[in-house]
Amino acid sequence: MKILVPIKRVPDPQTNISVKGDGTGIVTDNVKFVINPFCEIALEEALRIKEQQGGAEVVLVSIGQKVAQEQLRTGLAMGADRAILVLSDDELDAATTAALLAKLVDQEKPELVLAGKQAIDDDANQTGQILASMLDWPQATFASKVEFSGDKKDVTVTREVDGGLETVAFTLPGVITTDLRLNEPRYASLPGIMKARKKELKEIPLAELGVDAKPRVKTHKVSPPPKRAAGRKVETVQELVNLLHTEAKLI
Amino acid sequence: MSSEIYASPDHEAFRAAVRRFVEDELAPRAREFDANGKIDKSLYRKMGELGMLGIRYDPRWGGAGLDWSYTTVMFEELARADNAGVTMGISVHTDMATPSLHQFGSDELRERWLVPAIKGELVSAIGVTEPDAGSDVAGIKTRAVRDGDDWVINGSKIYITNAATADFICLLAVTDPSAGYGGFSQIIVPTDAKGFSYQLLDKIGNRGSDTGLLFFEDVRVPVTNTIGDVGRGFQQQMMQFQDERLVACVSSNAASLALWEKTRTWCHERKLFGKTLAKMQVTQFKMVELMARLTADRELVHACVRKRMRNEDATLEISMAKLLVGRTCRVVADECIQLHGGFGYMTESAAGRAFVDSRLISIGGGADEVMIQYMAKMLGF
Ligand SMILES: Cc1cc2nc3c(=O)[nH]c(=O)nc-3n(C[C@H](O)[C@H](O)[C@H](O)COP(=O)(O)OP(=O)(O)OC[C@H]3O[C@@H](n4cnc5c(N)ncnc54)[C@H](O)[C@@H]3O)c2cc1C
Repeated sequence: MKILVPIKRVPDPQTNISVKGDGTGIVTDNVKFVINPFCEIALEEALRIKEQQGGAEVVLVSIGQKVAQEQLRTGLAMGADRAILVLSDDELDAATTAALLAKLVDQEKPELVLAGKQAIDDDANQTGQILASMLDWPQATFASKVEFSGDKKDVTVTREVDGGLETVAFTLPGVITTDLRLNEPRYASLPGIMKARKKELKEIPLAELGVDAKPRVKTHKVSPPPKRAAGRKVETVQELVNLLHTEAKLI
Repeated sequence: MSSEIYASPDHEAFRAAVRRFVEDELAPRAREFDANGKIDKSLYRKMGELGMLGIRYDPRWGGAGLDWSYTTVMFEELARADNAGVTMGISVHTDMATPSLHQFGSDELRERWLVPAIKGELVSAIGVTEPDAGSDVAGIKTRAVRDGDDWVINGSKIYITNAATADFICLLAVTDPSAGYGGFSQIIVPTDAKGFSYQLLDKIGNRGSDTGLLFFEDVRVPVTNTIGDVGRGFQQQMMQFQDERLVACVSSNAASLALWEKTRTWCHERKLFGKTLAKMQVTQFKMVELMARLTADRELVHACVRKRMRNEDATLEISMAKLLVGRTCRVVADECIQLHGGFGYMTESAAGRAFVDSRLISIGGGADEVMIQYMAKMLGF
């Protein structure tokens, strides 16, 4: 089986993000970048499938600037077999990303695309879904469990939905997007890092894929969430109840 | 600054892996390891999987075949484990008890002991110091007498790290009392050998490691357990000490820097007389002086690392580094306790623990006076 895993370079969720003065985006100087955590879970799942099935090829794809090589190398160090970097200096929207991935699916012919459900930078949560519809493939999003049939042709996916779990099944090929509780990604080991040096990392200029990358979505302004106002102490329960009525209008 | 020694993406990836391991597995359990007086041994396997236990060792034995820059990354990150004892236990295994085995051991010996040590399946200890001989290594008395194809070992070792955890000991013993410096050998002794026993010792600091007194009563091991040539043990051990000291310098300097950062945070938070401790000028003067010393030490340590990366002898520089790092760590811990006030005196406080932990650096692996004596010779006295 061949599994295509798209991974995105995003700011480390542990770091403090600040918004640029002119509101055009976030300050990226001195910010550490990592593999989007949901993509990392997708990669982990692909590696587990490979181990369970005693063989599969895991191909990473990232679309972005040359520096995204770092995240691809980390993914290769975790155990992916090879990587493709589609070079683009511009921010791409989910539809363009999906169109580029669809092109790569045409070229690579994987049986499965395993992606994160969303990237923690723009939280769009659309790429997997748009890709599935472009390919006319079945999709199972927000996966919390992935199981293959004995002949590896069918897959059953447990999805986390509001208030419970839903189980869906489809015959490959298809698209799965991963939720937080699917697995806990492994660390890249030192032997893995050494092996990754020798693995193939192919770069493709975006223009070569013949996809119209003109953005359909424009970011007008990025602004930080409002600072939490300081709390206030009240003397009596009665006062609290009054304020909940009159000021907070909660009751 | 000298951080270019580990600026590559591969170093960054390894740093991230070790940091995650430390944050997930070591730091949250730091005080548990103190209470137990040792690390959870099963964690060695995870370290083995991550490649932490054979960084500079030949890939033939499962090592990564890398250089000192990666070792430096690992021990800088281990400083975040918030447990000097645990770090010491790990460093004894990776850089104090196994370098001789890697460099001089026979293929059979490396297959049998080094391969599982790098995987983390077996843990090692280094047995040199004795109740009646520490600084004076050549004064050790533990005796290995040849009987056919076996050594029969009698004697004792003291202050031995990993005493309870270790599966095997790299033991320095006298094999020919009449041969002077040519009368010592390094011998691998499995801790399940008949006649071996140990007793744990209670320490003021480094509580997360198991330090013990070892006894050897007619312990029999095959002569083929000798690391390298019979009679070369003293010289091999002197070489092994170089790695041991440099690792101690890297991890102590990193731990001290971590304490400095924690203390700065504390100074910004602690309010008294209507302002924070950080706003008091005397605090700033102290903290800046400490950072200047820490930075100077770090640069010297990195100079040693660069020499070792080129496989050059760095005995003089490492000895100097150990002397200065040991002293700086003590000063930093002392000043940081003071800035923490009463809280600094609690075992819960990193400063309080550092105060007792850091005291070891000027003693273990060669006391300051011994290092200074070596250096005096090297410097023409
Ligand atoms: C926590 C801990 C862990 C340890 N782990 C290990 C281990 O794993 N394996 C191992 O083999 N050993 C280990 N040691 C032992 C350590 O290496 C020795 O304690 C150290 O080498 C000093 O030896 P000593 O204790 O016998 O002191 P001594 O040799 O008795 O020295 C006492 C003091 O005399 C002074 N002195 C010594 N020589 C001179 C000199 N030439 N000139 C002037 N003054 C001098 C110094 O101030 C020195 O501190 C450990 C020790 C500790 C505390």
